[in-house]
Amino acid sequence: MGFISSFRENLGAWINKIFKKKRAKIGLYGPPNAGKTTLANRILKDWSGEGTFGTISPIPHETRRAIRKEGLIINANGSTIELDIVDTPGMATKIDFKEFMAFGLSEAESKKRAKEATEGVIEAIKWLDDLDGILLVMDSSEDPYTQVNVTVIGNMEARKLPLLIVANKMDLPNASPSRIKAAFPQHAMVQISALEGSNIDNLYQAIATNFG
Amino acid sequence: MILMREVHMDLISEEKLENMTSMEKIRLILDKVKNGKIVVLESGLTPDEEVRLIEMTMTEIRVDEFSGIEIESYPSKKGGSFLDKIFGKTLKGRMTVIGPANQIHTIEKDKYQISTKVSVGD
Repeated sequence: MGFISSFRENLGAWINKIFKKKRAKIGLYGPPNAGKTTLANRILKDWSGEGTFGTISPIPHETRRAIRKEGLIINANGSTIELDIVDTPGMATKIDFKEFMAFGLSEAESKKRAKEATEGVIEAIKWLDDLDGILLVMDSSEDPYTQVNVTVIGNMEARKLPLLIVANKMDLPNASPSRIKAAFPQHAMVQISALEGSNIDNLYQAIATNFG
Repeated sequence: MILMREVHMDLISEEKLENMTSMEKIRLILDKVKNGKIVVLESGLTPDEEVRLIEMTMTEIRVDEFSGIEIESYPSKKGGSFLDKIFGKTLKGRMTVIGPANQIHTIEKDKYQISTKVSVGD
């Protein structure tokens, strides 16, 4: 069984390589507050000119439902790729409502947010089965060796799906993309500030190269 | 007077894990962690088992009872042998430590070392 499924996966990967898929369903993954929705909003603004994926907040788990936008046409590196982008809720292994109270939410609001956040994590995990690749968004000012990063990367490697690491928040003074590169040297990485839009063209080129 | 408090740790061997299904492993881990134990898995979990563990953890979080887990493992290692590749075992799990989120805190982690601090409740 292992041999057959492995053979099927390898065959699928080769077919994709040969025929160069030009439409891809890409998920934005990462820990809470890494800037996934900020990036998703920027991609949407740059390539469709209107709308947003969701609201931005300093309170973790602001995005608690996956949101998909279809048919974004991205032109980079002289090629065109059509993307369905899924902005997923932040992945976490623990959710304590008291954490939200520290941001000034009431106990009732915090408990509700915690419940919805647990559902969001489950939804993000379920989406892994339906994607062609992911952008793993990391906060460049934080330690990259989080379990969420290790687990998401492990899953993409096991599924043999393309992964592009986005070292976000380069606008922060203590940003250290080299720490991310040293942690996961086997994967392509682009350093950006989704908030300021800096280096964003390099991201689009990398998307075209990795998912096109 | 120094008060001695106890931490219960279960170190589970690779042999034991090899004979368990994914669901059995996840249930074993969650039952132990929900009882306040720290679990160390000699050979870790597969990436898929890790996400299933996180998924099941989310379903079991309860206010004031269980806020989730702290799990730390090293990035997966590629299976080296020819047979591993033939049978699709290209990624091998590595030593993993799992504990209740309110008790275990990671101080530092890199490719080669995980440092954790365990708090003991009353």
